[in-house]
Amino acid sequence: MSKKSREYLINRKDNQYEVVIGLEVHAQVLSKSKLFSTSATKFGAEPNTQVSLVDAAFPGMLPVINEFCVKQAIKTGIGLNARINKRSVFDRKNYFYADLPQGYQISQFKDPIVGEGKVIIDLPDGHKEVGIERLHLEQDAGKSIHDLDPQNTFVDLNRSGVALMEIVSKPDLRSPDEVSIYIKKLRSIMQYLGTCDGNMQEGSLRADVNVSVREKGSKEFGTRCEIKNVNSIKFMQMAIEYEANRQVDLIEEGKTIDQETRLFDTKKNETRSMRSKEDAHDYRYFPDPDLLPLEVSDEFVNKLKSEIPELPDDKKKRFINEFKLSAYEATILVSDIEIAKYFEEVVAKMGKNKDMKLAVNWITGELFAVLNSKNLEITQSPVSAKNLAILVNLIKNGTISGKIAKTVFELMLKNDEDPQKIVEEKGLKQQSDPKALEELIDKIINNNREKAIEYKQGKEKLFGFFVGQAMKASGGKANPQLINEILKKKL
Amino acid sequence: MSDITKQSLTELVESIKNKKLSSSEVTKAFIERSEKSKVLNAFITEDFTSALDKAKKFDQKPDLDLKLPGIPMAVKDLFCTKNIKTTAGSKILNNFVPTYESTVTENIWNEGAILLGKLNCDEFAMGSSNETSFFGNVQNPIDKNLVPGGSSGGSASAVAGQLTPITIGTDTGGSIRQPASFTGTVGLKPTYGSCSRYGIVAFASSLDQAGPMAQNVRDCALLQEVISSFDAKDSTSIDFKRNHYSKDLTNNIKGKKIGIPKEYRVDGMPKEIEDLWQKGIEYVRDCGAEIINISLPHTSYALPTYYIVAPAEASSNLARYDGVKYGYRANGENLIDMYEKTRSEGFGAEVQRRIMIGTYVLSSGYYDAYYLKAQKVRRLIKNDFDEAYKKVDAILTPSTPSSAFKIGEKTNDPVSMYLNDIFTVPVNLAGLPGISIPAGHDTKGYPLGLQIIGKAFDEQNILNIAFAMEEKINFKNKITDWWIK
Repeated sequence: MSKKSREYLINRKDNQYEVVIGLEVHAQVLSKSKLFSTSATKFGAEPNTQVSLVDAAFPGMLPVINEFCVKQAIKTGIGLNARINKRSVFDRKNYFYADLPQGYQISQFKDPIVGEGKVIIDLPDGHKEVGIERLHLEQDAGKSIHDLDPQNTFVDLNRSGVALMEIVSKPDLRSPDEVSIYIKKLRSIMQYLGTCDGNMQEGSLRADVNVSVREKGSKEFGTRCEIKNVNSIKFMQMAIEYEANRQVDLIEEGKTIDQETRLFDTKKNETRSMRSKEDAHDYRYFPDPDLLPLEVSDEFVNKLKSEIPELPDDKKKRFINEFKLSAYEATILVSDIEIAKYFEEVVAKMGKNKDMKLAVNWITGELFAVLNSKNLEITQSPVSAKNLAILVNLIKNGTISGKIAKTVFELMLKNDEDPQKIVEEKGLKQQSDPKALEELIDKIINNNREKAIEYKQGKEKLFGFFVGQAMKASGGKANPQLINEILKKKL
Repeated sequence: MSDITKQSLTELVESIKNKKLSSSEVTKAFIERSEKSKVLNAFITEDFTSALDKAKKFDQKPDLDLKLPGIPMAVKDLFCTKNIKTTAGSKILNNFVPTYESTVTENIWNEGAILLGKLNCDEFAMGSSNETSFFGNVQNPIDKNLVPGGSSGGSASAVAGQLTPITIGTDTGGSIRQPASFTGTVGLKPTYGSCSRYGIVAFASSLDQAGPMAQNVRDCALLQEVISSFDAKDSTSIDFKRNHYSKDLTNNIKGKKIGIPKEYRVDGMPKEIEDLWQKGIEYVRDCGAEIINISLPHTSYALPTYYIVAPAEASSNLARYDGVKYGYRANGENLIDMYEKTRSEGFGAEVQRRIMIGTYVLSSGYYDAYYLKAQKVRRLIKNDFDEAYKKVDAILTPSTPSSAFKIGEKTNDPVSMYLNDIFTVPVNLAGLPGISIPAGHDTKGYPLGLQIIGKAFDEQNILNIAFAMEEKINFKNKITDWWIK
């Protein structure tokens, strides 16, 4: 069922180019303490308040692996359908920088903790498999602050030693949209697992983007450029678009592309050369002699496997099978674990006689619109799942009409009020008493005799006029279905 | 008073426990002798006033159940000591005062010992003569202008010169055993993983190991008992059952199989070393042990392997001394300039040489040819020992290929300096325990040592063999106190 997504091609006079993208995502491990020390990892703390002697690389200080971070990495590997390597090795990546206290970063080079895996991404016209090359654990560096003083650079070591997972994809992505969908899927999987909060504003998720282009149909890869450290999906897309076009232009001019590392300038919306292949650092990787190879047993991995919650792909399948949702609806609802949680709570609270379709429509329609306009996360929703479920049930059992429900919903936004109570207090209950409605309609027909005659003579459009009049007379509370029926009978 | 400093650790502990001596008396005696011994340049930092205070405090409320009750001792300046300057013999740490204590020294203070001061050593423990120290040469108490060996030169000098009853050193390629040999003292390099490396300024992490240095085997055993412990703060620390090394000490080594490796009979080995080794063989035979000729075929590759592995790790371990966070900082035009000036001015020539060697052997074009190959050879060297230990319980070799040399004699010839470690380096590469005991004198009257190499975690066995041999050898160190006017 795997289909090719709408192709993203760059067109020039006679040629069409395909863009090939691979990502190295740096995801901060969700953990209270750092990878090799017991310092806290809370975001936004005062500079240099979460720094241990190990993080600041004092003489004689030694790293000790944080088992929790190892578990998180393995869980993520399981979530990526990847091979877990029972033996992995921490290496030192040596380079000098002011915010790198040890003079090296502890990372995994030859033997990462997680090997090959795959992620399924949902595209508008099907789905696609994106290969995972590897996932490895490494330390983050500190932060250099250049703009506090004209002369000096300040260094904040709070981030120094925080655990990162570098997740390297295969060059399987073909467009900026696919990149966006892939990152969101990756983030969603990690949020389900609780292994990374995916917060891009706080830098918990950033990526190095590898871009190359080739003529459509070509099997060989072009020379790639790596765009370093891009920290939002929008910037990734902009950077890819710029970079792919730059490379195509070079080829069209008969020039060659240099393999290099580039930076994305978010202000000018362009990528700039940072260093060429020749200037590439020699990191002098070698196994860290302070740490033994990391060995995990089958038991250890199996125990973690048993702790893996239902992940987006499985949840989606279940929503489709159990709740009869469309693939599209299910995809939206599982994309974010909090949305899925909200939805499932609504489902649970609706009880036996539930209208799934209606619930989905209310969540993805009215509720999302409110969240969007107020820039809120679902966890901050002004309407609780419980009350939304009650509202949907009120519509379903005919107590209120869909139209009135919107009024009720508006009122619920203030204090997350019980819709039942609102309906009762404001007298918004739907008029479904046929007798009363008949009386009301008789009156309207009497008052609009001429129009009634016109209708009978064939001006069918006037039916809507009568419905409108009836609704208006009832203050919007009349059961529209009954109105229709009675009108048909009476006219 | 001067008699006090002649006493061994075991005797001093006995005297304090029997209340024949107070900690204050003992501490004062060693301080007085140290004051008269400045010529040796054994100390980088003295902490005498505070030592006397601590001794007084101890005497007011003596805990005589401790293993080192009120015993004063100085330690190599590679161990971080809380609130006491720790330099590693380098200008780059000249102003560095740790806020923390190394596990090994912590263990020592917990058993009642009192810090006298910090002892001189080669810069970052890189050297075999204590001549690379930023704080100057150390004199060997044996003779004027003689090196005490290195890198634990200050430690060896201080024990031989009786400025401290015992001490601790570190041994990466022979830095405890070679100076012990040069000064007529006993030095033990424990199994890798026996003593925690936490809080020890790192030289080469996969080889570094702290160990005791003393005037006799029993003192050495007692101190090893104190410093060896499993430590979760060091990922390479090993949780094994540790003996009561001093209590379990015995001179009964009957039936022990002692291996004599033919490859240690190196070209150009002085006859007196050859003779000493032969004498040692006879001593152990006299003790009832069995002599077995063995082969350690990859021995000749040990030194080149060591001089790839150790500098490689050092080049990375020393990257942290960059002037940014602590220690010496030179002013620079920009970050790179600051780095270059700080490290050019802060590190001495030998350290710079090893950083360059290490950087070279790790660089991407040479990694496979040097570092990777060295790791493979290291494995072969370890296999040699494993093979040998199927047949023998311990191995007997000379500690060094020569006796102590004159200050300045080898400073311009690093390779000849490196050759000093030829018998000690294989032991570090294989992670095994090794002990050097004084076994005789050369024609100049300088001490010579023999080395006993054991199986991993079998410190007790080599201590026992050393103990038995010590009795037979009955070595007397010729200390004339030449430096005291």
